Amino acid sequence: MSRINKKLRENLTGFGFLAPNALGFMIFGFLPIFASLLLSFTEWELLTPIKWVGLRNFIQILGFHKEAGRIVPNDPYFWKYLYNTFYFMLGIPLGMAVSLILALLMNQKLKGILVFRTIYFMPVVSSMVACALLWRWIYHPEVGLLNMFLLLFHIHGPDWLGSTTWAKPALIAMGIWKGAGYNMLLYLAALQGIPEELYEAARVDGANRIQQFWHITWPLLGPTNFFIIIMGVIGGFQSFDVQYIMTGGGPANSTKTIVFYIYEKAFSMFQMGYAAALAWILAAMIFVFTLLQWKMMGKKVHYV
Amino acid sequence: MYKAKTFSLAQSKRRRFIMESIRKAVLYILLTAVGIFMLVPFMWMVTTSLKDAGSVFVFSWIPKQFEWRNYITAWRGGPTGVSFTRFFLNSIFVSVFVTFGQIFTCSLAAFAFARLKFWGRDKIFLAYLSTMMIPGAVTMIPVYSLFSRIGWVNTYKALIIPGMFGSAFGTFLLRQFFLTIPKDIEDAARIDGCSTMGIYWRIILPLSKPALATLTTFVFMGVWNDFMWPLIIITSMEKKTLPVALAAFQGVYSTDWHLLMAASTIVLIPVLLVYLFNQRFFVRGIVLTGLKQ
Repeated sequence: MSRINKKLRENLTGFGFLAPNALGFMIFGFLPIFASLLLSFTEWELLTPIKWVGLRNFIQILGFHKEAGRIVPNDPYFWKYLYNTFYFMLGIPLGMAVSLILALLMNQKLKGILVFRTIYFMPVVSSMVACALLWRWIYHPEVGLLNMFLLLFHIHGPDWLGSTTWAKPALIAMGIWKGAGYNMLLYLAALQGIPEELYEAARVDGANRIQQFWHITWPLLGPTNFFIIIMGVIGGFQSFDVQYIMTGGGPANSTKTIVFYIYEKAFSMFQMGYAAALAWILAAMIFVFTLLQWKMMGKKVHYV
Repeated sequence: MYKAKTFSLAQSKRRRFIMESIRKAVLYILLTAVGIFMLVPFMWMVTTSLKDAGSVFVFSWIPKQFEWRNYITAWRGGPTGVSFTRFFLNSIFVSVFVTFGQIFTCSLAAFAFARLKFWGRDKIFLAYLSTMMIPGAVTMIPVYSLFSRIGWVNTYKALIIPGMFGSAFGTFLLRQFFLTIPKDIEDAARIDGCSTMGIYWRIILPLSKPALATLTTFVFMGVWNDFMWPLIIITSMEKKTLPVALAAFQGVYSTDWHLLMAASTIVLIPVLLVYLFNQRFFVRGIVLTGLKQ
């Protein structure tokens, strides 16, 4: 009897501690995921009655049809914005390279290194919106700081954010400036965790600095690279803020991302069903990509 | 012969010293160049914010006349009539409530997951973990629909309540930390008659200060900078938090770059001050959250 009582009390205590969090988690985290899945099979404009349409949203988004003898996507916007989203992810390897170089420069016994760390990290803590506004001003076609600077070398810079060719690279560059300090810190922590004896042993064997990097540093940075790529891709699939503020998705939709599309569909056109289907396709893509990376890289990661 | 050897040793020592000095000089030059690249945009922002409307479009690093009035104009919110006092208060109000609520509920749940035994514990934890990868856009749609139905659109409640309860990330982070606290301390306390609540409050929480500080910094920064949710759910200027308010000024000021830059500076300065005086927290936080996973 008392044993059952004890079990019951244990369970009650456990659920008591969990309850406040679990309640919120159910209402705002767990249940909406399923609600969203259900919505993705419907047509619903918030005020209209919900209409079940089966797979129609998914067919519309992912399907193709024949038009004048050519195969065209049912929803060309989706594919265009998906391409844009991937394009923006080019910023991940570029940013990683910049961060790693910075971390290697910083990983030296130099006086005043803390000052540099402080400065490099400033854009990271700065408000995204303020930075986006600031860079819109820097990219100004006539009097922006960048084009003024280029003029010193007699180069007439383009209208960065107003050109379908340059808008995406311009946003990527801004993202690298904003985020480099963050990954630099991760790399720095990893570099400082590599035992000095490994380098000493390599030096005794006659390895030069470049060999030391490729045979010791790089393999041992595996877990950090893995973490940065995974987080970068998950974040990259969901990029929205910078595009919304700096270009509003333009010019000619060239900077709209998938989340931008979801935002438009759900919160300015109120096509909740279609938006939910888009959101679920996004979730599926994130899941698949993360899983693939896990399979591909997870095994290669070296631990000290 | 002995003499000759010491001579060459001294020589090679000097050569090594010169090489080392050159290496250091090159490093400093590179580090400074990057530092300038990082800082110049901020300097350009401040310079622009101090120019008058006419000279904004003329290139110069030092304004002819320092227009401090820009800051007053920007602070007052121009034609919107809503001042930055309001936006700051909104942001502080929302961030403080969400941060403390979330830390409290997450630490309770993390304690349950790490230290208590109850039915289905690990399955529930797995459910928490599995939602971490789901993008926010998925949950935003039904939650918005729900809020629009119960009349929560454009209310502070809608900004605060969803964040206060249940963050899978926070629960996960704290659980991992709680697991590292030795069980012996807890057992000793139990023998002395300490209740479960007492163990949570008087042992686990005080021992987890570093993890709690980290999570507090992160949650606070996350809420402070959150953009998409307030953009969707808040429609009136008076209830906007700083990021969405600042973004709205783009439309208000359009090409008044001196006012836009003044407003941006106003938004940036407090954050940068907090950062400069509490660097340790930020740095440790990133290293902790980045590498523990």
